[in-house]
This record gives sequence, structure tokens and C-alpha cells, in this order.
Amino acid sequence: MDYFQDLLGPAWPLIWTLVKIIVLVLPILGAVAYLTLAERKVIGYIQVRIGPNRVGPRGFLQPIADAVKVLTKEIIIPSGANKFLFVTAPVLAIAPALVAWAVVPFSPELLLSNIDAGLLFILAITSMGVYGVIVGGWASNSKYAFLGAIRSSAQIVSYEIAMGFALVGVLMVSHSLNLGEIVKGQQGGGFWSWYFVPLFPLFLVYLISGVAETNRAPFDVAEGETEIVAGFHVEYSGMTFSVFYLAEYANMILVSALCALMFLGGWLPPFNFAPFTWIPGFLWLLAKIAFLLFVFLWIRATFPRYRYDQIMRLGWKVFIPVTLVWIVVIGAWMQTPFWLW
Amino acid sequence: MKWLKDFFRTYLLLELVQGMVLTGRYLFARKITVQFPEEKTPQSNRFRGLHALRRYPNGEERCIACKLCEAVCPALAITIESEQRNDGTRRTTRYDIDLSKCIYCGFCEESCPVDSIVETRILEYHAEKRSELIYTKQMLLAIGDKNEAQIAADRALDARYR
Repeated sequence: MDYFQDLLGPAWPLIWTLVKIIVLVLPILGAVAYLTLAERKVIGYIQVRIGPNRVGPRGFLQPIADAVKVLTKEIIIPSGANKFLFVTAPVLAIAPALVAWAVVPFSPELLLSNIDAGLLFILAITSMGVYGVIVGGWASNSKYAFLGAIRSSAQIVSYEIAMGFALVGVLMVSHSLNLGEIVKGQQGGGFWSWYFVPLFPLFLVYLISGVAETNRAPFDVAEGETEIVAGFHVEYSGMTFSVFYLAEYANMILVSALCALMFLGGWLPPFNFAPFTWIPGFLWLLAKIAFLLFVFLWIRATFPRYRYDQIMRLGWKVFIPVTLVWIVVIGAWMQTPFWLW
Repeated sequence: MKWLKDFFRTYLLLELVQGMVLTGRYLFARKITVQFPEEKTPQSNRFRGLHALRRYPNGEERCIACKLCEAVCPALAITIESEQRNDGTRRTTRYDIDLSKCIYCGFCEESCPVDSIVETRILEYHAEKRSELIYTKQMLLAIGDKNEAQIAADRALDARYR
């Protein structure tokens, strides 16, 4: 480390930061690519099909074939579109999804930056993701895209609140905004000392809001293939489209990771004795993320799309009251001797 | 009491969990996909695919240029020209089927008095130009020669019902 510092001088911190970013972002993009394959396989299996199996052994090279296809496609910019915003929107969509990983701890030591307001940072960054959708929908100068953007903004505004309230519950029981501290607060016994036990309603609200936040089925009204063609990205093609696609999947992984950290004990093993403690912590975290991602795909394969007014009703008239009530319950519970977490 | 029951059914997501259990079971169900080039679905002996012109066992072509198929064809896909051969019989000099017009109704086969024009089980063929989809007499006869065994077997199976 010192050797490089002497060799490169003042450029070293910049290079070192770039190296750290690449080491973090490349596996995430790889995971995103293979999540698309996992989605097609899981949904295929649930629909009694077998999914893609032609490219490479059992279809394992399918994401690479998809990437090559999409890279060689033409990017069409509609004549009435605002060119600058049209091209910027996909970047606006994917950047927050990748930036938020800066504060995600993979194990007590393994994280990019250990900031005390990590949860606040995450909330601030992930809220910006919707700007990509709104800007893209507006800049396309198309009615379907605009409708998709309007729907997406209304939906995300309503679910952001329920999601925020769910996280307030986590703050209350962990006394910390630092994601590492939140996980450490769940140490103790085994899976029964993770926060999803006392905060079960908030856990469900967070999970469902997470599906809504990432515009996934059954809350994918912003895309709504059967209603508004493809919603906000109807005018996008080639690489600009695929960046939107990557952003959706990166957001899914992020929401699953946060859910695993805040409710499912992050890198902690489910039982605190021998065979479980041998497995390194980040593998437990990856397993939890993978399980939650599978639930995302399972949900998509099971439920039909919500009607738009039902989505609004669910967000405002069910989730927000449920979270508010449970925050009060938790507040009261924490004052009694029956509080065990 | 009913409202209490409904309340718990809604908030415990019972029906949603039931739905997910059902789809979760299908995750492990036997897959019904037929992997096409390696596996094929069974075909009926009445399958109506690519056309062929047949010959008699002595090598003489069956077609007598009666033009019934040309007349019955609803898509006007068949074009026939004929002349008298030296031995006094009437034979076709041209027998074209435009497969880009053909609707595979099988009327040509039904109208044929000598079982000459038939539709075979062949379904995997393609062309890269429209002109390649016009099958001439020589091509149709070649298809018939190549698949005569299968064609004859299929006709024999169906003979009881004709």
C-alpha cells in the first residue's frame, strides 16, 4: 500500500478509490446479469416450462448473449424528444442503485465507507432513482411514456412514506442509523433475535413496499405492458433501454440487501453454534439476499398486476396506518420488561 | 364476528400465501416443454404439410392433368399446363404450387382421382426468397420419390375412412 503511495504520489487516493468502486460494482453488475437469467428460469419453472437452455450449458451464457445483442442494437431518439435528458435519464436511474452500495456492510469489516447516517444516506439516494423514470418518461415526448412517468412518481411517493416508517421501527429498536450497528444490534441468540420477529408487520410492509419501489410486478403499473405498452421506457431501445433494465434489477438486489441487513440479521448465522458459525458472514448475507430475490421472482410469477387505484389505496390506507400503529406498539413494548431485543 | 374474520384474513395475507404455495408447488412439477429439434410431438397420418406428386410402382407419374386440383384450390396456388404425349396420354408439362399462397386445406389431395397430389408430413422447410416458394413439377416429384414409403403407409391407414 505504501509502495503504491510513493510510486503514484497524489494520484494514489483517486486510483485507490476507483479500484474500490470497480471491485464493488463489477460483481453487482454480474449479479444483475445473472438475476435476469434466474428470473427467466424461475418464472419458467413455475409456469411448467424450462426457460432459456440453449446458450451455453443449461443456458448459463444467456445473459452474455443478451448483452451482446442489446449492445449492437441501434439507439433511436424520437424526433420530438429532449435529446440531452433522454440520454441522461437511464444514467439517473442506475447511478443511485449503484451508489447506495457504498454503505452496505457485507461483514463487520468488509464495507466501502462506514458512515453513521448510513440509513439516511440510503433513503436519500434511493429516492433519487425515480428521477430517472420521471425524466425519461417526460423527455420521450410520448403519451404512454408520460403516463408511465406520472404513475411511477405517484406510486413511489406513496410507498416511500410507508417504507420510511418501516425503517423508523428499525431505528427505534436498534438506536442507530449505522447499518453495521443495526446488524450488530441483532446479535445474541439465533434467528429469533433478528428484528423481523418484533417488527414482523414492518418487515412485510418493507418487503411489499420494496416490490412497489422497484416497479416490479404486481406493482409494475409504470411499465404496465397491457395498459400503456411499456410505460416510461416505451421509446427507449438498445443500450439506453438496457440501462433502465439493469437499474431495475440493481434496485431489486439493493432492496433485498437492505431488507436482509435490517430485518434478517445481515451477516449473522441463523443459529449461534458450530456448523452454522463456520460459514463466513458474507455468505450468510448473500444467501439471505438470494432468498429475498427468489421471493421477488416468486411474487412476480404468482400475482396479477394491481389496478392503479388499488395501489394507491394499499399504500395510503393500509400500509401507512399499519406502520404507524406498529411504531406506537413497539414504542410501548420497549418500555415494558417483555422487550427482549 | 365476520368482520373480525375478514380482518385477519386480509392482514395475515392468507390468500396471497395460498397462491404462492400453489405456484411454489408448480416450481417442482414435471416440465412439459418439448425441446423441438431433439424432441417432436406426435403427428397424425392425416397431417397436411408440404406437397408431393406420386408415381405408380412402375415409375409412371400418376398425374393425368385433369386440373381438378387447380379448379378446387381456394387460394389459386396451383398452375397446370398439359399436352398430349407421344403415347396418346395427357400429361402435365407444368405443375407449379405457390407455397406462399397455399393454405394447406388439403382440397387438392381430396379432389385428385388418381391420388397423385398429396400433402406429406414434412413441416420443416423454408425459403429465403419468395421465388423459392414456388415448387415446380420436378421438385414435387422428387419429394414424392423420396417419401413414397411414408406417403403410402399414411394413405393405407386412412383408406378405411375414405
